Amino acid sequence: MNPEPLDRADARVRHDDSLRGAVRDFTDRLRSGDLGMLPVVVGLVLISTVFSILNPVFLAPNNLVNLLFDCATVGVIALGIVCVLMLGEIDLSVGSMSGLSSAMIGVIWVNAGVSLPLAIMAALATGALIGALYAFLFNRLGMPSFVSTLSGLLAILGLQLYILGPTGSINLPFASPLVGFGQLWILPAWVSYLLGLLPGAVMIWVGLSVMRQRRAAGLSAQPLGRLILKAAALTLGLEFALWYLHLGRGVPVMFALFLLLAVALNYGLKRTQWGRSMFAVGGNREAARRSGINVRRIYLSAFMLCSTLAALGGILSAARLASSSQQAGTGDVNLNAIAAAVIGGTSLFGGRGSAWSAVLGIIVIQAISNGLTLLNLSSSLRYMITGGVLAIAVIVDSLARQSRVSHGRG
Amino acid sequence: MQARERLPAKGECLLSLRGVSKKFGAVSALTGIDLDIHAGEVVALVGDNGAGKSTLVKVLAGVHQPTEGSITYMGRPVTLDSPAKALEMGIATVFQDLALCENLDVVANLFLGHEINPWRLDEVQMEVRAWTLLRELAARIPSVREPIASLSGGQRQTVAIARSLLLDPRIIMLDEPTAALGVAQTAEVLNLIERVRDRGLGVIIISHNMEDVRAVADRIVVLRLGKNNGVFTPETSNQDLVAAITGASENAVSRRQGRLAAEGEKA
Repeated sequence: MNPEPLDRADARVRHDDSLRGAVRDFTDRLRSGDLGMLPVVVGLVLISTVFSILNPVFLAPNNLVNLLFDCATVGVIALGIVCVLMLGEIDLSVGSMSGLSSAMIGVIWVNAGVSLPLAIMAALATGALIGALYAFLFNRLGMPSFVSTLSGLLAILGLQLYILGPTGSINLPFASPLVGFGQLWILPAWVSYLLGLLPGAVMIWVGLSVMRQRRAAGLSAQPLGRLILKAAALTLGLEFALWYLHLGRGVPVMFALFLLLAVALNYGLKRTQWGRSMFAVGGNREAARRSGINVRRIYLSAFMLCSTLAALGGILSAARLASSSQQAGTGDVNLNAIAAAVIGGTSLFGGRGSAWSAVLGIIVIQAISNGLTLLNLSSSLRYMITGGVLAIAVIVDSLARQSRVSHGRG
Repeated sequence: MQARERLPAKGECLLSLRGVSKKFGAVSALTGIDLDIHAGEVVALVGDNGAGKSTLVKVLAGVHQPTEGSITYMGRPVTLDSPAKALEMGIATVFQDLALCENLDVVANLFLGHEINPWRLDEVQMEVRAWTLLRELAARIPSVREPIASLSGGQRQTVAIARSLLLDPRIIMLDEPTAALGVAQTAEVLNLIERVRDRGLGVIIISHNMEDVRAVADRIVVLRLGKNNGVFTPETSNQDLVAAITGASENAVSRRQGRLAAEGEKA
C-alpha cells in the first residue's frame, strides 16, 4: 500500500485533520482576510438581535415568512449580479430590466390576452437579448459595462413607461396562478421537512464518493467524522428553521424556486468548466485568454444570465405585488440587488464570489428593510441606512482584499 | 485535447517563418523575420532588450497577429489568430509574465481551459495528474490546493512550465524560463528542456543567460532591433555572440573586458 498520500509528501505544509486543526485552519483564513461568509452571518445575528429588541414582532414566524417572500424577488436579481461581479463588471440596469419585464407581463398577458407562459417567455427573451446587447457593446466596442448599463437603465425605464402607456398601472387577476405563486403558495409541511433533509443527505453521499475516489487515487481524504458532523449540523439547522417557519405559514414556493436557482448557479460556478472560466476571467483576463478560453463568450454568458435573471425577478415581483406599474423596478431595487451580492461576499474586483452570497446578502438587506418598516421609519431613513450598510460591506471587501494580497491568498 | 495525428520525425521542419513583420503603429517591432524550428531541436532566441524576442513569441502563440509574412506549420500554411488556435495546433508557450490566475489554485491553473469533464469537473483525476506532472518536473510545490498567490516566483514558473506540457504539444516556447529560478531549479528546467527535445519536440527558448543558452541550444538565433542578425552554434565565442547581439564589436561588454584586462596588466 501507499503509506503516504501524494498530496501529503511535503513536510512544510501543516495538515489539519483533527477538529482542533479545523478550528485553527479557520482562524488562519480569517486573519489573512479570507472572510468568506463570516461578515454576513455576524451581520444577521446583529440585525436580528437589535430589531427583535426594538420590536418583538420582527422574529415572529409569519414576519419571517413575509421576509422570505420579499427575498425571492430581489434575490433572483442578485444571483445575476453575482455573475457579472464575478468578472469584475457590473450591470446597473437590473432594476429597470425587472420593471420592464413586469410591465411586459401586464401588457402582453392581461391587456393583449396572450397566454401567461408566452408572456413569461417573451419577458425572459427580452432580458436575454438586452444582456447580449451589453455583451456586444463590451466585447466589440470596448464600452465599459457601467456606462453601457447606466444608459441601459434610462433607456429600459423609458421602454417600460412607453409600453405601460398613460394608465401607468395594470392589475393582475388575483385568482391567477401567477399571483397565487407570488403571494399565497406555501410548500406543504411534509414536503419542506423532506427537502430540508436533502442537503445533508447529498453532502454525505457526495462526500463519501469523493472520499472513496481520492483514497483510490492515492490522495488524502477528509476524515469521515468531520463530514458527518458538518452534515448533521446543516440538517439540524435547516430542520429547526423549517419547524420555526411552520409555526407561521411555512416556506413560500417562490423562495424555494429562488433557492433552487441558487443551487443551480452554485453548481455551475463550482463544478463546471464554464464556472472555472468565469473565475479565471475575473481573476486575470489576459491569462484566461492565453489558456485558450473564449473570453468573449464568457462575458456574453454572464451579461445574458444577469439580464435574464433580472427579468425573472421582475416577473416574480409583479406576482408578489399583483400589478405591473410604473414604479416596478425603480427606487432601491438596483441598489439592493448589488448590495446583496457584495454583502454576501462577492468581490467587486472580480474573481471571487458564490451563488450563496446572493442568498445570504438578500436576507440581510431585506431584514434591515423589514425591521425598519416595523419601526415605522420613513423611507428617507431606510435609504440612508441601507446605503450605509452597502458602504460598510464594500469597505470590508476592499480591506479583506488588501489583507489577502499581503498574505498571499489571491 | 485531441491526439496529434503523428509524431514528426526527428529533424523534420515543424515550423517555419518567412518574412514575418509586426508593426505597432509607427514602431516596427519585427521586420522580415525568417525562422525554422525542427523536431528534436532547441533553438535559442537571443537579443538585447527590445530586440523583438517576446513579440516574436507572442506572434507564434497567437497573442499578436503578424502585419505581414507567412507561417508554415508541419508543411501547411497557417494563420495563428488566437491563443486557443495555437494551443490546439500544438504550440505551447510559457510567457514571461507566466499568465497564471492568482485567485485559482494550482490544479485549476494547470487545467485552465482544458478541464477534464467540462460538465462535472473531475477534481480527483485532475489533482492526481497535477501531482504526477509536478513530480516529473521535480517541482517543490507544497500543496496544489493553495491559490497561486501564495507561491514563490520559482514555484509559479514551474507551474507555468507544467501547464505548457499538459496538452502534449509539438513545439514549446519558453520566454525567460530560468530568470526567477534558483540554482537547482534552473538545472531542472535545463534537464527538462533536454528531455522534451529528446521526445522529438521543438523547443524555443529565450534567455539573457548565455551560459544556459550554450548549455542546451542546438542553434542560437540572434535578433537585433526586430531583424535577424545571424544564426550561431553553441561553439561560437562569447565575443562574437555579444557582437551580434549589440551590433558592434566595439560595445559596452568589450570595453569593460578591455578595461579589466588593462587593470589586470597594471596590477
